[in-house]
Amino acid sequence: MKTRYTHGGDEHIYVEIDDEMSLDAFFKSLSMSNAVRDAKIDGVTEICPANASFQVRFDPDVIAPEEMMRQIKNLETQAETAEKRMNTRIVEIPVLYQDPWTHETVMRFRERHQDPSGTDLDYAARINGFDSVEEFITAHHSQPWFVSMVGFVAGLPFLYQLVEREKQLQVPKYLSPRTDTPKLTVGYGGCFSCIYSVRGAGGYQMFGITPMPIYDPEQTISYLEDFMVFFRPGDIVKWKPIKRAEYDEIVAAVEAGTYQPRIAEVEFDLENFNADMAGTNAKLLEALNDA
Amino acid sequence: MTLKIISHGLSTSIQDLGRPGYFHLGIPIGGAMDRFSLRVANMLVGNPEDAACLEVVFLGPKIEFTKSAIVAVAGAELPVRVDGELRETWSSFEVKAGQVLSFDFLKAGARAYIAISGGIDTPPALGSRSTYPIGALGGLDGRNIQAGDELPVGTSSMGKTGLNIHEELRRLPTTPARLRVLPGLYWHRITEESGNGFFDDEWQVAPEADRMGYRFKGGRPLEFVDREQPFGAGADPSNIVDGCYCYGSIQVPGGKEPIVLHRDAVSGGGYFTLGAIISADMDFIGQLQPHTPVKFEKVNMAGANAARGERKQLLEKIRKELG
Repeated sequence: MKTRYTHGGDEHIYVEIDDEMSLDAFFKSLSMSNAVRDAKIDGVTEICPANASFQVRFDPDVIAPEEMMRQIKNLETQAETAEKRMNTRIVEIPVLYQDPWTHETVMRFRERHQDPSGTDLDYAARINGFDSVEEFITAHHSQPWFVSMVGFVAGLPFLYQLVEREKQLQVPKYLSPRTDTPKLTVGYGGCFSCIYSVRGAGGYQMFGITPMPIYDPEQTISYLEDFMVFFRPGDIVKWKPIKRAEYDEIVAAVEAGTYQPRIAEVEFDLENFNADMAGTNAKLLEALNDA
Repeated sequence: MTLKIISHGLSTSIQDLGRPGYFHLGIPIGGAMDRFSLRVANMLVGNPEDAACLEVVFLGPKIEFTKSAIVAVAGAELPVRVDGELRETWSSFEVKAGQVLSFDFLKAGARAYIAISGGIDTPPALGSRSTYPIGALGGLDGRNIQAGDELPVGTSSMGKTGLNIHEELRRLPTTPARLRVLPGLYWHRITEESGNGFFDDEWQVAPEADRMGYRFKGGRPLEFVDREQPFGAGADPSNIVDGCYCYGSIQVPGGKEPIVLHRDAVSGGGYFTLGAIISADMDFIGQLQPHTPVKFEKVNMAGANAARGERKQLLEKIRKELG
């Protein structure tokens, strides 16, 4: 990992912790962006942590770009020695894989896909060496995921699977982005899964849909009353495969204001995880089952 | 008082100076594409500079006033009429109760700002009235205005009519438009020759040009420096591990057509960016029509700072003149 600092115009500093994705790079970028926030530097207006990088926006009338750069660089040593441990939560997200709505969209934009003859899941299963779509789906939901970035559009989480690199699923994005993606589509691009928080353009492969809204600007949904965005970086997610009947039940419960996501408070320690991934994940899932 | 929207034009939205502070959640700053013109329009009618105005794209709306107010239209050259009678743009005039504000065809620029004394008074969302339709935030019910809408206007002490901004203090882009770029971010991903070509070539604004971003076409495709793609980035040489995008950053998917992200930017993604438009030139982008020729001009940080200083001085001068 070699940190690279660069200016993004005269109002941003961009810090790339590593050019490849890893949890180590994510933790360092989160620690550093937290350190920038805690330093309360005059003129800073936005701090955005991402998967393996972060960005600071500032007002150059308050602090000169070169001075901003100097102060951020000074925080790197502090971030390196910071504990790679966080108190966070694990959330169960129900997913209807191979649902009718993303399937319709999959077929509508077939000419923009690498393999127009099949579905996104057929393609993803094949290029990742699985014998069947069912086995691929199992690999997608059996181990938990880590929210390594929130963004693109309103409240959309990027998720990174908590498994060894050789077990990570990888798929390219569409050859040319779609102009439409159903709201709450569970997507996949590169090594990241995502949930499309709103309907709109998108380039990730489409695997399924969740009945659980994750963005509500009206703040009327019971679990989004306090804030309109559900996810934050560091959240852990377990996909729960569901059938159509359960999907419909959850949609109705959300509308009735009675749906509560299953959530457990957990601690995530990167060193413990790296030493024993299966054991760490088993504990996380146990905490969720007890919730 | 309220404004009755008789027709909404092409794409008219309520905007102010935006909602900083939520980009880390994918909610962009939003606000006027041309902040300079919004500020000046507000100054002309005696509003605070950050009051909410109507941002009009290409084609003006038709609006009936239910009470008298002072109005100013700044930005794009969009001739304005009150009950059919022509009024000056970049100046303050009265619209009386029952009168109708309408517009002729656009003469120059792309976005005009209609300021009304008291400011549009829709409920703010996350600290701003700016409309962000993708996230259904701000504006009226999170959307652009439509015929039949009634927009609330705040109360104000009546400002002065007959105020005017001298032509030399107005700002619209030249032809070809000059957009200054500070190279950086993932600049190292393209070859030196390609980087030079980006600045040498003449580009045009593509039809895909909106509040989220402006696309450009007509220049040569970019060549990438060879590398083995890092884990998680994706196979295309223009891909990176998804990171944050800056306002004004220039991404070039597949090395083909540059896209400059603007006020309603997506907050991140997986395309490399070669640098960013300097803050002083962002307003100009909002005034570019499709097919306008554009030259990107390389500047360093000193150049970016000087340009920013000039913009500040210009606003200061206008404040003093209207004082």
